[in-house]
Amino acid sequence: MITVREIVSALSLEVVAGGEHLDRTVTGGYASDLLSCVMARALPGNVWITLQAHMNVVAVAALLDLSCVIITEGVRPEAEVLAKADERSIAVLLTTETTYAIVCALAGLGITGQSEC
Amino acid sequence: MNANPGEVTRVQELVYELKIDQVMTRDVISVTPDTTLGDLKELLRTKRISGVPVVQEGALVGMISIENVILALERGELAAPVGSRMTTDVVSVRAEDTVVSAVNLFARYGYGRFPVLDGKGALVGILTKGDIVRGMLKRMEVEWQAEELERYRASHIFEDIESDETGLILRYRVKRQDFIRAGEAASKIKRALERLGAHPRIIRRVAVASYEAETNLVIHSVGGEIIAEIHPDRIKLVAVDSGPGIADVQQALQAGYSTAPDWIRELGFGAGMGLSNIKACSDSMKLESELGVGTRLELTIKLQ
Repeated sequence: MITVREIVSALSLEVVAGGEHLDRTVTGGYASDLLSCVMARALPGNVWITLQAHMNVVAVAALLDLSCVIITEGVRPEAEVLAKADERSIAVLLTTETTYAIVCALAGLGITGQSEC
Repeated sequence: MNANPGEVTRVQELVYELKIDQVMTRDVISVTPDTTLGDLKELLRTKRISGVPVVQEGALVGMISIENVILALERGELAAPVGSRMTTDVVSVRAEDTVVSAVNLFARYGYGRFPVLDGKGALVGILTKGDIVRGMLKRMEVEWQAEELERYRASHIFEDIESDETGLILRYRVKRQDFIRAGEAASKIKRALERLGAHPRIIRRVAVASYEAETNLVIHSVGGEIIAEIHPDRIKLVAVDSGPGIADVQQALQAGYSTAPDWIRELGFGAGMGLSNIKACSDSMKLESELGVGTRLELTIKLQ
């Protein structure tokens, strides 16, 4: 099983919050910018790939016990969002790549879209 | 979990918290300066210790260890008095100091033990590395037990309290369009269920349902409340608001139907999936609404 840390290094992601929680195992992935879809489908331990970068991303990730959030296309969350992510132990990773490119790279690492925790 | 460099571990904290008199050995075995090294050898052997303080008329005058005895054995000097062989340049620690000061002294001098003095300079104990390890383990054990007990109490609250029907009511007020705090009630409900020891799969369903109900209040209502009623066998969630109400409840229940404005959709809300998500997570759900009056959503999730 792959860890958040391995994803960070394989995809050259920037860790901007939750840096002490990179040893979690990633159970699978989910990509969407619609919070309700994420709520409905993402599973515990999943990596979530999104363009959203506001406070509720942290709330959703924490409620679902996701392993990390990758925010794509160079979008940078506000400092309060990152502080909240640190508080809730959510690893937030940034990239300038597109969501599609990141999903492809994650698939190359063996991370699937349907995973049980 | 991996310890982070720079992160202070509980052990490190304890070294600063614990006082020497909380870990030291109080029943000090000591000798006097005129005890012979032969008698000292027997004392060390029978008590299974490797050094003792030397006390004269209640005052600490030196330290003597098994190394002095070995030297005396080699030289055939077992009849010599302790007073002629002891270390008089004694390094002592104070009972009220923290354990960390002693840890530093052990590292600096390489001694096996330090005599412990009280504020008036009287010998009140002896401290070895073993005493420190035992003291810390004991404290951690006590803390762990207290934590376990608290966790046990939280998860058995419904068994401990007797009534015909016991329920725990959590009430959260939700403000309109407070997108920053949206999700806080849901995360607090989630944490409460975790403390009560609910199954992770149940917690997930309650978290999803309460999050969606909460964001609905934030996005669509003039403000309202989320009330979670936790019973031994089920959790009932109620989301009530005082307006504006839903024009067509059947339409609102359709997946993908949304009245959210574009700017809210851009934030990733308002996908029209909220109510269907709630329904999927609930064992039963009821939505009642009247335009100009308000909306009441009630759902039940079985805990078994």
